[in-house]
Amino acid sequence: MSQTIDADRVRHIGKLSRIELSDEEVRTFRRQLAAILEHFGKLQELDTEGVEPMAHAVELHNVLADDEPGESLSPDEALANAPARDGDFFRVPKVIGDSQ
Amino acid sequence: MSDLTELTALELRERIAAGEAGAEEATRAYLGAIERREPAVAAYNQVLADRAIEQARAVDARRAAGEAPGALGGVPVALKDNLCTTYGRTTCSSKILADFRAPYTATAVARLEQAGAVVLGKTNLDEFAMGSSTENSGVAPTRNPWATTRVPGGSSGGSAAAVAARMCAAALGSDTGGSIRQPAAFCGVVGLKPTYGRVSRYGLVAYGSSLDQIGPLTRDVSDAALLTGVIAGHDRRDSTSVPRDVPDYLAALDAPSDGLRVGLPAEFYSEALDPEIHQAIHHAAGVYENAGAEIVDVTLPHSRIDVDDDGALSSYAVACYYIVAMAEASSNLARYDAAHYGHRTAETCGDIVELYSRSRAEGFGAEVKRRIMLGTYTLSAGYYDAYYDKALKVRRLIKNDFDAAFERCDVLLCPVSPTTAFRLGEKIADPLTMYLADIYTISVNLAGLPGLSLPAGLSRDGLPIGMQLVGPVFHEETVLRAARLYEQASGVTRLAPALVQA
Repeated sequence: MSQTIDADRVRHIGKLSRIELSDEEVRTFRRQLAAILEHFGKLQELDTEGVEPMAHAVELHNVLADDEPGESLSPDEALANAPARDGDFFRVPKVIGDSQ
Repeated sequence: MSDLTELTALELRERIAAGEAGAEEATRAYLGAIERREPAVAAYNQVLADRAIEQARAVDARRAAGEAPGALGGVPVALKDNLCTTYGRTTCSSKILADFRAPYTATAVARLEQAGAVVLGKTNLDEFAMGSSTENSGVAPTRNPWATTRVPGGSSGGSAAAVAARMCAAALGSDTGGSIRQPAAFCGVVGLKPTYGRVSRYGLVAYGSSLDQIGPLTRDVSDAALLTGVIAGHDRRDSTSVPRDVPDYLAALDAPSDGLRVGLPAEFYSEALDPEIHQAIHHAAGVYENAGAEIVDVTLPHSRIDVDDDGALSSYAVACYYIVAMAEASSNLARYDAAHYGHRTAETCGDIVELYSRSRAEGFGAEVKRRIMLGTYTLSAGYYDAYYDKALKVRRLIKNDFDAAFERCDVLLCPVSPTTAFRLGEKIADPLTMYLADIYTISVNLAGLPGLSLPAGLSRDGLPIGMQLVGPVFHEETVLRAARLYEQASGVTRLAPALVQA
């Protein structure tokens, strides 16, 4: 399953990943991602018909806890690393508007 | 008195407990070693000297008051800088977290400190633990103490180099695809990746959540047992940590290993492996045989390594691992949004998507960007089945191979890496070549098994050769005991690079 990755596709993946890419990065990543994806394609050689997908190596169970208040961070602790704050809020540019 | 930095953690603890050495004295000896060797090695992102001295004095005061100093009382340790601590910074060697101060401390770290360990500082890594050489660090590359033109391995390269260079008695690392075992092999120390779920991941900055595990890097096998015993155990803050008793790993080392069956996976002994490493492991198999163990040939077909006519390597396990790890990484690293914490661009952004995209572009290094992008791609509509779902099925096949192998043996004897430590710059330009440095370690993470790397001698070039022992889930005792058996029979232990004599 050899994937052709063109520059537009790399830009699109960058957009989905929320990472702005320079033209030079687009060129380098196009070549590197194509080589890596080609290697990923090796898995298509294997017959996995009827094999159960395994997301975790060890059996996981739901862990339920009583709904009791416990220790938590104070607003000041939670905001201590914020790039910008406004009172007890994280401050960001406007979210609703003309962005897609 | 002999140099305290030459002692293992266990020996140092005994000296301090007996009043023959002070915790402060030991801490100052290590701080002195850091001052002398750090310019050549660059293992630490941050040295917390004042806090370490204070911690050490508290241990000495407790001992003077007649209290027991703890399982690691006064032992100076280093922490990989992706383990959260409320003190100092937790940077993951990333520009995006350059000033991050964690609001809580990782459970494994808290357990070390409760046992009396003294934290010397935070060690360098490939950014967000993504890499096999520590060259992907956003700070600077760490150098191998055995040859400073070579890499220490990665991603826990700073921790491995610090242990080898006697700049700490022991260290913690994390292992997602070999990040404890491979640097341990490159630097001539012992490294253990415990079973998935054995050690709480609370406070370990997440990379590949179904693969990540914290473990120790140490000078010998006893110290690996000692530290694993301290950090292991259930933690209600990590629901994937397993509620299961922690055995006394140190005591288990001395139990007899009669009838030990050592499996050699046929697929791992191919032309992809450096002949000197092959020879060292062949020799190790002989050591086991002489000690009364039975050598069994086993097979791990889905972990096989193919070499084409041009000498290029390929591997199902590498493809499977990187799909899974990158998918998990793309999701985990979505949290770096320039809003809650971490780097925010200084440029004015019109909207929040621009703020995210520009801040992340400035904050992440190239390898992190590649992994997030590939993970995003393989999880995206139209590609999910071909990549991610396919990889999860192959993951099952890889695990089934191990299950079948462990019906015939107790422990697997494998290489850690196809080569000894490579030169700085040798693989950094070609990401795929770097990924293939992990061919012998990644299957173990996919299957969640315990794996230990220990020194198996030196190459003709004077570089450490590592060997790997892998056991069934929660059989750390078997792995540690097999490691101890080799260590004692071979006498290969506590290897010291020339740099520590200077």
